[in-house]
Amino acid sequence: MENVSVSVKDLSLSFGAVTVLDTLNLDIKDGEFLVLLGSSGCGKSTLLNCIAGLLDVSDGQIFIKNKNVTWEEPKDRGIGMVFQSYALYPQMSVEKNLSFGLQVAKVEKTEIDRRISRAAEILQIQPLLKRKPAELSGGQRQRVAIGRALVRDVDVFLFDEPLSNLDAKLRSELRVEIKRLHQSLKNTMIYVTHDQIEALTLADRIAVMKSGVIQQLADPMTIYNAPENLFVAGFIGSPSMNFFRGELQLRDDRAFVHANGVDFDVSAYPSRGPFKAGQKVVLGVRPEHVRVDEASSGQPSHQAVVDIEEPMGADNLLWLKLAGQSMSVRIAGQRRYKPGTAVTLSFDMAVASIFDAVSENRL
Amino acid sequence: MPEIVAFNTIDAGIEPEAEKVQARATQAGPRGRKPRRALSGRNIMIYGTLIVVALYYLLPLYVMIMTSLKGMPEIRLGNIFAPPLEITFEPWVKAWSSACTGLNCDGLSRGFWNSVRITVPSTIVSIAIASINGYALANWRFKGADLFFTILIVGAFIPYQVMIYPIVIVLRELGVYGSLTGLIIVHTIFGMPILTLLFRNYFAGLPEELFKAARVDGAGFWTIYFRIMLPMSMPIFVVAMILQVTGIWNDFLFGVVFTRPEYYPMTVQLNNIVNSVQGVKEYNVNMAATILTGAVPLFVYFVSGRLFVRGIAAGAVKG
Repeated sequence: MENVSVSVKDLSLSFGAVTVLDTLNLDIKDGEFLVLLGSSGCGKSTLLNCIAGLLDVSDGQIFIKNKNVTWEEPKDRGIGMVFQSYALYPQMSVEKNLSFGLQVAKVEKTEIDRRISRAAEILQIQPLLKRKPAELSGGQRQRVAIGRALVRDVDVFLFDEPLSNLDAKLRSELRVEIKRLHQSLKNTMIYVTHDQIEALTLADRIAVMKSGVIQQLADPMTIYNAPENLFVAGFIGSPSMNFFRGELQLRDDRAFVHANGVDFDVSAYPSRGPFKAGQKVVLGVRPEHVRVDEASSGQPSHQAVVDIEEPMGADNLLWLKLAGQSMSVRIAGQRRYKPGTAVTLSFDMAVASIFDAVSENRL
Repeated sequence: MPEIVAFNTIDAGIEPEAEKVQARATQAGPRGRKPRRALSGRNIMIYGTLIVVALYYLLPLYVMIMTSLKGMPEIRLGNIFAPPLEITFEPWVKAWSSACTGLNCDGLSRGFWNSVRITVPSTIVSIAIASINGYALANWRFKGADLFFTILIVGAFIPYQVMIYPIVIVLRELGVYGSLTGLIIVHTIFGMPILTLLFRNYFAGLPEELFKAARVDGAGFWTIYFRIMLPMSMPIFVVAMILQVTGIWNDFLFGVVFTRPEYYPMTVQLNNIVNSVQGVKEYNVNMAATILTGAVPLFVYFVSGRLFVRGIAAGAVKG
């Protein structure tokens, strides 16, 4: 247990009759960047607030650096927190915003100055120190908010959707900066977001949450390529995975998913156990794992018709009709198709996902 | 520049460059700001109503000022709307320093200072307590907070008259009945429901994340109140101050019930001056005394209106 930074054990939280978190367990390694990902209302911010000590838990324990902090005040937990709305104190200058917590903690003046100048240097906000938050742009404000966590010299950083209020360009810039910050500081960071791009790009591990339960906890590539259940598969990826509901069939040493009257050959799928014939399943294929008009002879292929084309520059997104079902395919940007064109598709089943239709778990 | 010449559409037919003229002509429709007539029916209604209402309220004030500047012989002529033929400030001086109320003949000045001594501490104490109440109710959701708040709000709907006798007994038992302290306590208590509601709603409207950030920074109950909340809440403090100053200054009921004559506030003294029946009714003195009494709330309105600084919380959260 020596390299566990934050540990959540059997955590439950309910407001009256509503249970937000139900016996949740989570271990975060020292120096790890963990992203809590989920749609709004899934309990990810609630979990973060519990770790921060801003919400009292109903049951369970929270350990930070092997110290039981379940009943500790936020300030005694060794955490720094960055909020979505920045939450800078409007009447104080940037410098005062940074020093407020240290002053409250009665840190020496010289030490305060040293930490502020270090944080200001890391975040490049030295020219802003005398300004008021109202005189800063959104990106600058969020930088100051990160600085406020930085000067506290803590082990664990908590980010509550820090980039959600920024426009797309700033968001991607600050995303890179946060990643750089993590690489240089090597602190434990817990980051809440509903943005899967942020999650995939920043995280060492992602915890995908739904209604207070962690659906899958794994590194980004595993989450993306081998989602543990149907929810994770549909939540991650944009446009989302194509799903075909059907039935497993076994013929001549080959396995097929029979859906909408079409047989998908899934013999190449690396299944965890033997297939059972007649099992109701959901076949999931990502848009980039479908090849258009590239099927070599002998490979199983399917006929489809182009419905809508969405050129995005680098790639081109085709919405197709395959046996009456709509699906999307991502192809290279320079390849263009007119609506109504008939195309031949071949599926890369080695990287597809198959889920049980009832339990919705990966097979 | 043929285009500019062609702008004159009367010449359009004889201009050689017919197409260009045609192009101009199609652009000739409405352009730029839509003109509005100054004397539309709508404007006449709005301004007419405003003027009538303003006159309705200003006319009595006009009569009061005019009357207070006249001598008694002129008042007896009965032309209440006429400006004074001979301006005199004698009634104002008399109202302030030598009008008789009961046994004392030292004018309103005593009542003025009594009112100041009542209003200032009552306002400060009630706002201080109510703002802390509101802050605790909005940000520190302690057990029973909702119940406490409900009880407080119900208090706002009970008529004062119902509570006068019980309060008299309570004050007597505390030994402060008839003193300024007693009256200040009464004003503080009665200001509590509405002020607490005011502050609670204001603090609840401030971004919750500021409060959370301050807690992560290690600030406690009082540090957050004084360093974070208070500097952001000047507008609501001004509102509360206006409410309390005018409310307490204009109070008559508590002033007459809970104090002795030497502590009577200005309103009670005014009543005694106006209603005194000995000798002639000095309308000019009464008018001057009334204006003097009303001057303080009026002054507060005019001055503090400027202090309503908006956007004080700007920059705290997303722009």
